[in-house]
Amino acid sequence: MGMNLFNKVWDLHRVKTLDSGLDQLFIGLHLIHEVTSPQAFSMIEERGLSVKYPDRTFATVDHIVPTLDQSRPFQDPLAEKMIQALEDNTKRHGISLFDTENENQGIVHIIGPELGLTQPGMTIACGDSHTSTHGAFGSIALGVGTSQIRDILATQTIAISRPKVRLIEVSGTLAEGVTAKDIILKIICDLGVNGGIGYAYEYCGPVIEALSMEERMTICNMSIEGGARVGYINPDETTFEYLKDRPYVPQAEAFDEALKNWKSIASDSDAEYDDVYRLDVSGLSPMVTWGINPGQGIGIDENLPLLKNLDAEAAEVASKAYSHMGFSEGTAVLGQPIDAAFIGSCTNGRISDLRAAAAVVKGRKVAHTVRAIVVPGSKHVAVQAEKEGLDKIFTEAGFQWRNAGCSMCLAMNPDKLKGRELCASSSNRNFIGRQGSPTGRTMLMSPQMAAAAAVSGKIVDVRNMK
Amino acid sequence: MKIENTSGKCIVVRGNEIDTDRIIPARFMKVVSFKGLREAAFYDERYDADGGLKTHPFNDEQYNGASILLVNKNFGCGSSREHAPQALMRWGIKAIIGESFAEIFVGNCTSMGIPTAAVSADDIEALMRKAEEQPDVVMSLDISSEEIRFGDIILHAGMNPAIRKAMLSGSWDSTEILLEADSLIRWLDNELPY
Ligand code: SF4
Repeated sequence: MGMNLFNKVWDLHRVKTLDSGLDQLFIGLHLIHEVTSPQAFSMIEERGLSVKYPDRTFATVDHIVPTLDQSRPFQDPLAEKMIQALEDNTKRHGISLFDTENENQGIVHIIGPELGLTQPGMTIACGDSHTSTHGAFGSIALGVGTSQIRDILATQTIAISRPKVRLIEVSGTLAEGVTAKDIILKIICDLGVNGGIGYAYEYCGPVIEALSMEERMTICNMSIEGGARVGYINPDETTFEYLKDRPYVPQAEAFDEALKNWKSIASDSDAEYDDVYRLDVSGLSPMVTWGINPGQGIGIDENLPLLKNLDAEAAEVASKAYSHMGFSEGTAVLGQPIDAAFIGSCTNGRISDLRAAAAVVKGRKVAHTVRAIVVPGSKHVAVQAEKEGLDKIFTEAGFQWRNAGCSMCLAMNPDKLKGRELCASSSNRNFIGRQGSPTGRTMLMSPQMAAAAAVSGKIVDVRNMK
Repeated sequence: MKIENTSGKCIVVRGNEIDTDRIIPARFMKVVSFKGLREAAFYDERYDADGGLKTHPFNDEQYNGASILLVNKNFGCGSSREHAPQALMRWGIKAIIGESFAEIFVGNCTSMGIPTAAVSADDIEALMRKAEEQPDVVMSLDISSEEIRFGDIILHAGMNPAIRKAMLSGSWDSTEILLEADSLIRWLDNELPY
């Protein structure tokens, strides 16, 4: 029997098995940002340790940066303090930092792939659960907590138990207007928000193979919302084509050498898996979430579930969701008026997402009852979008066009929902309070669906907007 | 430091899928140190917009001084923020018992020396009911035998064997243990194709 990519890459990076039974895993690429790293630096310094391989760590600022006025010092003194801590820490330890003045700045999971830092066969860790995004390139990419960041800084390794691997095979024909976001929302609905606990997800099948790298990233990004810490896709020609000539990717002969390695780590055709799940996406509609976790989603043309049809556990979470959202069981989500629209985040803040949203917005106006913002995922995305005139399309329609950052995905900067506002969002989490207001409400969907909602003032089916 | 057992009064937070955004809202993460996170635990579930107290176990006087948290399914899902277990620990939580936990959350708890133990749905219900009815009864969690004793209830708690060992041997504080493999780490760094 052959091996899957996950086990090949894991074995290549396993330093040893610790007495506890956990594996000591070498982390080839460590990405850090301002929110989860300062305590880790303090911890190693308190112990008199230094950063073992500063060249394997890259830092950016994304979570708290304001997206309007980025001049320093930031207006929010707490945000300023956090940025300064990252600046000091990276400087003291010789780590590269992409700050707001650097052309490479952006959301950590957008810039890794964009700069070619993310490559097949790597182990990648970041103090952020959406690190799974980088798995789109055929790497093992793990979200970690602050104590593990401390361990990576000090030792370049973490103690971790090896998960099982579930193959998720996606086949069928994806209808026009249905996107990678809809596929992953559907997978999370089917397998549940805790279905992936203890598993790494390998996505495969003809539908996955036909996706662009940016779409693949959207899929892997939300693995964690299904409970799987890691999600990945085998590298193929699409992957290699994307990586070629990116700044941190080996060039010329070194590229050919790297290519050989990348090909060798892909799952063997007879690889074994601990579990297999098959999904046919023919007939899939655009998905929207109606509740307070990403597994509470439905096709746009369906009605909200009746509590009596759910098992006890799902009904408990659903009734909490209904009371928070103010929706009624059995009703349609179509036509639900919205107050805000957010296009951005590490799930859907890349150039192809902005193009898709702009195509819907072009020649239309944002409803007067809606405030709508577009936040590019990185400076490079922003520059490219401006080159293509997408920013004009958005601003002429009444969207605000912002600087790169996480923004209203988690609202640690001034971009927040107010009161009970309902937001059509291209981000990844609809948890209570996630977008900055404890009573705020979030519906997750693709960027084109969020754009359609913004110009319609309500939830609509983007397929009817041609 | 070896952690062989823990005991204390229990506090019950019911509900499945309690994510780390609920345990600590993101705005409390604008800090460069974990100190001072005590009050942030479950903040938006404990206080309304005007700072008034809402009904929540963490506001309930009957649970004052409790140190073992009882929860349901997939507790700690979502964001990887270690701020969540840090806030719980600073509030006084020393161990968490529930039906199931999110993986990153468990990893964070482990590296802070907070054992997490899983029990069945029926067992957690029995434990929760008893803790709600008799909040002064002290529970003990014995990590080597994986046994919970709570008044007249005695039951088996499931711990990940590696985490259990890490607690018992004190290796949950992982940095020192990981540093021991220094020469292997250097070898691997050289060996990797990147
Ligand atoms: S965009 Fe949202 S999910 Fe992604 S890293 Fe930023 S805060 Fe996290």
